[in-house]
Amino acid sequence: MAHYDFEMPVSEQQVRELRVGDTVSLNGLLFGIRDATQIHMFDHGRKIRFDLRGHAVIHTAPNVKKVDKSTEFPAGYAPICVGTTTSARMERFTRPLMEQYGVRIIIGKGGLMEASQQAFSSLGGVYLAIIGGTAALETTWIEAIEDVDLDDLNPESLWQFRVKNFGPLLVAIDAHGGSVYDKVQAQAAERRADALSALGVKP
Amino acid sequence: MKVDPKVVEDVAKKLYIRALKVLPDDIKQGFQHLDAAETNATAKSVLGTMIENIKVAEATENLLCQDTGIPIYNVTLGRDMQVDGHALKQAIVRGCAAATRDHPLRSSVVHPITRVNDHTNTGRHVPVINIEFSDTPEELSIEMIPKGSGSENGSFLKMCIPADGIDGVKRFVIDKVIEAGGKVCPPTIIGVGVGGTSDVCMHMAKVAATRALGSSCEDPAGAELERELTVAVNSLGIGPQGLGGDSTAFAVHVETAATHITMNPVAVNIQCHSARRARATFTPKGIDYGF
Repeated sequence: MAHYDFEMPVSEQQVRELRVGDTVSLNGLLFGIRDATQIHMFDHGRKIRFDLRGHAVIHTAPNVKKVDKSTEFPAGYAPICVGTTTSARMERFTRPLMEQYGVRIIIGKGGLMEASQQAFSSLGGVYLAIIGGTAALETTWIEAIEDVDLDDLNPESLWQFRVKNFGPLLVAIDAHGGSVYDKVQAQAAERRADALSALGVKP
Repeated sequence: MKVDPKVVEDVAKKLYIRALKVLPDDIKQGFQHLDAAETNATAKSVLGTMIENIKVAEATENLLCQDTGIPIYNVTLGRDMQVDGHALKQAIVRGCAAATRDHPLRSSVVHPITRVNDHTNTGRHVPVINIEFSDTPEELSIEMIPKGSGSENGSFLKMCIPADGIDGVKRFVIDKVIEAGGKVCPPTIIGVGVGGTSDVCMHMAKVAATRALGSSCEDPAGAELERELTVAVNSLGIGPQGLGGDSTAFAVHVETAATHITMNPVAVNIQCHSARRARATFTPKGIDYGF
């Protein structure tokens, strides 16, 4: 179990070093992405302005306030509360994000499934678990909203955040087939019979 | 006692913002109980982060979670109240939109077919407004629940048949808790509806999921089921955020309703650890805010 501080973007080699149970903190750029963002990118063929190669995306749709553009608020948005949503809904976008845009890290809550695990292994990527529902804390790791694209989808725009010591985040799925979620699910499946038996129920 | 819709509008606005920022005391105590009993190191650290987040939200007067939820207002009207029901509902809708505009809050509400977001957190039949009646004289209570979507997506209904018995109900709950895993932001409150019609059953599950910790089902058979299921779901090892541990649920809550001789419906609705609620109580003395 090691801790890594990453300056974004990162290389394939850097993410392949990570193992389930390690922790990571990010510095520099982080991109916010969500259901509608990816539906429009991959199903409707929308083009984006940002270069995501080697970067991390976080499953989010933040609470923001419209303000005048300034050095502090270059995109004209002040972050109010930035948190993380359930990743599983966006499972089918992991591979195209990596293949077409070169994304290396996905940050979310609740985990991703088999197709994503295969994409992480074959293309070199990881899933970092953040603690869902702790957005007040997460917001203190965000320095600024630097830019925004596809803003007609607001709040599900493509957000470019600048972050400092964003973490520690847990490596929950690595590039070597390791997944905390698989382990926990397998254990729950094993314990199911005992749980039902204690309730006087046949499995 | 007469209630002015203008006042209701202002209260509906305040309740939405308050619910998003201040976690009820019973949930905070629930965290302390889980943290004290947790034996898994990762789970302990996850619970610690959640407890820290509650403090950060209060210190920075920020929202606990970015998900502003589907807004739900539960109105309970006591006796001897003079209220224009239609005006009351409209006032709640305006208050909900005003909170979204003035704070501002993320609008999480879209049209179900066009997916258009009009940035008010309102729309057709949203906010959800439920109206109940009580025998308390001269009292109006409005409870506000911003229901998070990660846990709301963990909603399940099964029209079991009588031959499935109570065993079918128990098996369904256990299987759905395993299926939901970490997606519903555990530790959770698992709301279970047993009986009624399909719609009543689902509604009861929501009532159960959003009930205060420490409360129990008024039906003794339901209360017994709550105790059994709470132990059972916490033996599965899913843990906070589905990363493993003892703390899968604060509790399982059950609500029951009589059902048909041919039916045995069971519903599950889940509340995430950001189990937010706020309440305003109107009496002749004034308005009290609580949970």
